[in-house]
Amino acid sequence: MSTAAIGQPADAAPLRSGARRPSTLVVYRWELRKLASQVRTYLGLGLLAVLPLIFVVFESLHHQHDRRDNIFATQITQSGLATPVLMLLFMSGFFLPVVAALVGGDIFSNEDGNGTLKTILTRSVDRGQIFAAKALAAMTYAVLAVLVAATVSTVAGVISWGFHSITTYSGTVVSAPEGLLLVFAANMAYLIPLFAIAAIGLLLSAATRNSAAAVVGTIGLVILLFIIAQIPGLEGIRPYLLTEQLQNWQGLLRTPTYWAPITHSAWVCALYGLPALFAGYLVLLRRDVAGG
Amino acid sequence: MSEEEAPPVRARGLVKRYDDVLAVDHIDLNVDAGDVYGFLGPNGAGKTTTLRMALGLITPSEGTVELFGRDPMREGARALEGVAGFVEAPRFYPYLTARKNLELLAALDGDGAAGRIEEVLASVELTPRAKHKVGGYSHGMRQRLGIAAALLRRPSLLILDEPATGLDPAGMRDMRDLIRRLAGEGITILLSSHQLPEVQELCDRVAIVESGRVVYEGALADLRRQGGAGYRLRSTDDTRALELMRAQPGIERAAGDEHGLSFQAEEQDVGALSLMLARDGIGILVLTPELATLEDLFFRLTEGDDATTREAVELAV
Repeated sequence: MSTAAIGQPADAAPLRSGARRPSTLVVYRWELRKLASQVRTYLGLGLLAVLPLIFVVFESLHHQHDRRDNIFATQITQSGLATPVLMLLFMSGFFLPVVAALVGGDIFSNEDGNGTLKTILTRSVDRGQIFAAKALAAMTYAVLAVLVAATVSTVAGVISWGFHSITTYSGTVVSAPEGLLLVFAANMAYLIPLFAIAAIGLLLSAATRNSAAAVVGTIGLVILLFIIAQIPGLEGIRPYLLTEQLQNWQGLLRTPTYWAPITHSAWVCALYGLPALFAGYLVLLRRDVAGG
Repeated sequence: MSEEEAPPVRARGLVKRYDDVLAVDHIDLNVDAGDVYGFLGPNGAGKTTTLRMALGLITPSEGTVELFGRDPMREGARALEGVAGFVEAPRFYPYLTARKNLELLAALDGDGAAGRIEEVLASVELTPRAKHKVGGYSHGMRQRLGIAAALLRRPSLLILDEPATGLDPAGMRDMRDLIRRLAGEGITILLSSHQLPEVQELCDRVAIVESGRVVYEGALADLRRQGGAGYRLRSTDDTRALELMRAQPGIERAAGDEHGLSFQAEEQDVGALSLMLARDGIGILVLTPELATLEDLFFRLTEGDDATTREAVELAV
């Protein structure tokens, strides 16, 4: 930083009022770019892509055609479309909630860890914009995670066992294109509880300022709800537990479509997710940024 | 008062409590347009907490702070228009390059900041390293990137918290040159620093804080004057001269060392002293006035070893 070099002009601008400020969309785009620049982002997605491949290779080698525990399991080698359904069944209970907890729980506390929250909060965007952009980025990552798992499962399944019609839970045979649509719809329906888990992660991330605490706290809550669901005598509250909503997407794999669990899931998840989001917003709005 | 006429920084009764700890205790600050304002105090005096409140990062327990008449607590990011800087060390995303970090910050600034990236990188001599990830940067390079990030906003007020800390002597000199140049361009600068020579060299007004309270705020020149006019004296018989000085009314803090004698006195008392020495047959070889250095005053004010000085300064304030 020589005197010669600093001879470059950096004119003191006259004080400007009402200068055009960036939109939340701009902040959101940068949140995505930050996620895209971190290796761990790809580790999470990579794991979700590898698991279906391992599953397909394992199934191809073992040829266990006689299973009766699930109608889609019995069709595993008859239609490639059974693979994404079985993978969603396998990953929906724990793997994908963990991924949502990881990204939601890290998204604010990562800024605290780097000391960069103060850096972005002293620019021309409000805390509300930062919160909205980060929440959207966490949800986007959740969507991407589900889509990666579903796409790899579908492609691997179809390559291995073909693009054939499939029988749904209600025993109705649907054509391959319709089956593909149902698989896609089921994955999208699964996002409802996943968003709620990500929202809880966001709240803990903003409140604890510690990635490990936020991620472990979110996963711990999911495990706690699973345990509560198993306690005898508490059957009455089971339909209202967030973890119970993680399987409600299966209502879409019936003909005609069984919408009741989907709508139930939507409002129950809203009861968990929206207060968590609002509380997270208030925490960020009011908190002192004193570290870093 | 319009925003253009409002002072860059005006704090009134600013207080920050953390449970039982009073970090900032009713601080008033007045930074006027064009000031290079030094904010001095020992570690833990409340300087950084005050700057964080000014930038809207933490909420005051009491009192207000306004930047160009706008309160960051009430107006959020709008209050920071025309304001830039950093508190403690500037921090960046270690997994992004310097240029990407600046692109991100420019996007969060809007207002054409992206078009100034190359210019500000060049101004801190980081262009050749702009494509490297910040995670591999030295402390000095991060400080320079912090300045670059601040200049992206074309600020009218620049708040810098210990910008020279951790820099090598050449880096410190360059940082001083940069601050001087920015001040010359009309940017008001609020500079928190431990580097007393730096503040003495750069600042025209200062606030000195101790234990969360401002113990002096005003012009640096006034502070040095109020700190007591000191004199150094060499005579033909220093031992005898010291005895006479100690007995002479109006002569304070008379002391001797290998370089001669030192004392504090009003001008008329110095005249009386010189006549008395002459009457006693002592010749005056050297008699020079000495203004207290900022360092002297700083330690007197913050370490409390000179109650007289503090009282004098407080009266002057």
